[in-house]
Amino acid sequence: MKKTIFLSVLLTLTIALSACSGDKADDSSKLDESSITIGIPQDIEDSLDPHKAVAAGTEEILFNIFEGLVKPDSDGNLVPAVASDYKIEDEGKTYTFYLREGIKFHDGTPVTVEDIKYSIERCADTSGEGTLLVSAFSNIESVEIVDEKTVSIHLNNADTDFLSELTSAVIPAWNEDPAGNPIGTGPYRYVSRVVQDSMQLQKFEEYWGTPANITNVTLKVIADSDMIVTNLKSGAIDMFCRISTDQANELAGTDFDVYEGTMNLVQAMYLNNAFEPFSDVRVRQALCYAVDPQAILDLAFDGKGTIIGSSMFPAFGKYYMPELSGAYAHDVEKAKALLAEAGYADGFSFAITVPSNYQQHVDTAQVIVEQLKEINVDASINLVEWETWVNDAYVGRQFEATVVGVDASTLSARALLERFNSDNSKNFINFNSAAYDEAYGAALVSTDDAEQTGYYKTCEQILSDEAANVYIQDMASLVALNNRYGGYVFYPMYVQDFAKLYLK
Amino acid sequence: MEKRKKRNAGFIAGCVITGIMLTLTVIGFFYTPYDPEAMSAADKLAGISPRHIMGCDNFGRDIFSRVLKGAQTTLIVAGGTVLIGTVFGVLIGAFTGYFGGLLDEGLMRVMDALFAFPSLLLALVFVSLFGSGTYQVILALGIAFIPSFSRIVRSEYLRCRNLDYVKSARLAGASHLRIMFVHILPNIYTVLLSSIMIGFNNAVLAEAGLTYLSIGVQPPDASLGEMLSNAQTYLFSAPWYALGPGITMVLLILGFSLMAEGMKR
Repeated sequence: MKKTIFLSVLLTLTIALSACSGDKADDSSKLDESSITIGIPQDIEDSLDPHKAVAAGTEEILFNIFEGLVKPDSDGNLVPAVASDYKIEDEGKTYTFYLREGIKFHDGTPVTVEDIKYSIERCADTSGEGTLLVSAFSNIESVEIVDEKTVSIHLNNADTDFLSELTSAVIPAWNEDPAGNPIGTGPYRYVSRVVQDSMQLQKFEEYWGTPANITNVTLKVIADSDMIVTNLKSGAIDMFCRISTDQANELAGTDFDVYEGTMNLVQAMYLNNAFEPFSDVRVRQALCYAVDPQAILDLAFDGKGTIIGSSMFPAFGKYYMPELSGAYAHDVEKAKALLAEAGYADGFSFAITVPSNYQQHVDTAQVIVEQLKEINVDASINLVEWETWVNDAYVGRQFEATVVGVDASTLSARALLERFNSDNSKNFINFNSAAYDEAYGAALVSTDDAEQTGYYKTCEQILSDEAANVYIQDMASLVALNNRYGGYVFYPMYVQDFAKLYLK
Repeated sequence: MEKRKKRNAGFIAGCVITGIMLTLTVIGFFYTPYDPEAMSAADKLAGISPRHIMGCDNFGRDIFSRVLKGAQTTLIVAGGTVLIGTVFGVLIGAFTGYFGGLLDEGLMRVMDALFAFPSLLLALVFVSLFGSGTYQVILALGIAFIPSFSRIVRSEYLRCRNLDYVKSARLAGASHLRIMFVHILPNIYTVLLSSIMIGFNNAVLAEAGLTYLSIGVQPPDASLGEMLSNAQTYLFSAPWYALGPGITMVLLILGFSLMAEGMKR
């Protein structure tokens, strides 16, 4: 029986002290000087097919493998990529691209104009048989191959904003299995993947632009956010993006540099507008008044982060409306009054679904639960695996509320605002507003930049007025990078550029 | 005589520790120094002080108050688990041990299969079927605990069923059910009680393990496992965060282990 006591105590200590023991097994791989192991919070579960990936965490990695006709740079400009130059004609009705000289896919085959046509038509679904993969592409009338080096895209309606959509990846037309054998033109090529464990990338030697500095990149899945610091300290991983402020504090005085930027996503408690009682705008507004974003920043983020009031973040300069962040100043009495008006004077209860691998969102949800107690709203937290969240909450829309961050996949306001169109396939919160649809539709067809910006701002205003979601913040982005490496660059989008990293 | 005293000392120590822990837990139902869920930015990761005797966690919540609440959750889960395990374990063990034969063969093979199944895997299946939460954890762990109880009870019934007092009860015309539960059961209570104690310990640890993997008790509810799991991030900057719940769990388990050991003699 002594043994039982001993074992029991030992087991407890094992749990309590498990952070002390680290995974030191990886030391041998460190001998290869130009390699880096980067931790990622979830497996690339949705798809390696760049046109079908939905998760921000997938897109930020595919950014290194695939390129579109143009690609974003770290200053938020669109620079030519697969195309070496382009021309916009007919006030935005025709876009003409010139194929870059000598550009090759990862397997060494040259990129042709047919590949470009194929890639665009695949997403636009001009045949009408598949699904529309990039919704802005529904505006495409035809893709015309002018000559061996030139492709013209003709639009149904003039759209000056269309260029930002052409960051959509160019893939080879002959590839029959784009998800299983991803081939692109980016600075890194895909080597292999172990499900739920890791993914291997290798430098593409024949890259057209500035080649990557580090030869081998290993992406390692660290799904348990409590293990991030342990893995960093033990040397199992060299870099992890978006660590929490607490984790950054843990790393003070170690071999790690912590870079600070903005995450460029809209963190909010997204409300399923079709769910009773969130179908009542007064209830949604009450939640907005009850939740105090500043307190969330202070409690869970060491005060770092930018409070936002609509689906737009500051990196989108001209579209961003800073005044909306104060639209629902913390006011418990007003929240209670609104709830009473809506018939919920005694409060109600609902569940917040949170992907458990994102500690930031779990922490935020915990503070929200506490804040909502003040207005007698009983919120509970339902932690789910990331894959479950994608399938049930995002795709299946089976949730009541969820705390996540939504990113922009292109450098256009459309990337953030499109999803709230009542019939958009990505409208996972079931937002439904005729005024919004009208303003968004007007923005799409507008050819005047100022007018278009105005319409987008109307959209943001409607999201705020209707309290579509409880908007919180654009989180501060803290990146831990072992000080043997340098060159981490922040983008105004949710992407990671591994090519610029270098060994000191 | 001397030896007996020594054993008693262990048992008494166990009783005292468990008594204190249970009293604290019960007090937690009516009174905690602070609201265990009230957050305060000013007290973020505050150290041990007269105001917060176990310090504060990353949301500035008082750890002592949370330990009181967390011990409740942990004890409820452990208690529920052991209850399910004991009730079904005794029933299955009693029937298989007392009657033997084909019933014994059949049921014990099912138990073997259940035993061979890692309890963690079973719990994961449950969580994916019914969602995560306190009750699901109790159910999953409870089912996983049935085989060990039924084996112990069965072996006791095997031993007792041919003893003289059982034979005379049978001669006196007592029914099988009466013999099983009125005559034999009270005679195996020492073995049963100590296995309940050990089961209790295992349940406390299993709950901590499940919550540690974030498939158990959901935040913001406190449980010792949940607190330990969160404390891991702050192990170096705020070691007291792990210390409070860790020591509490060690004491809980130590108390029950000492009692179980004392009872066995």
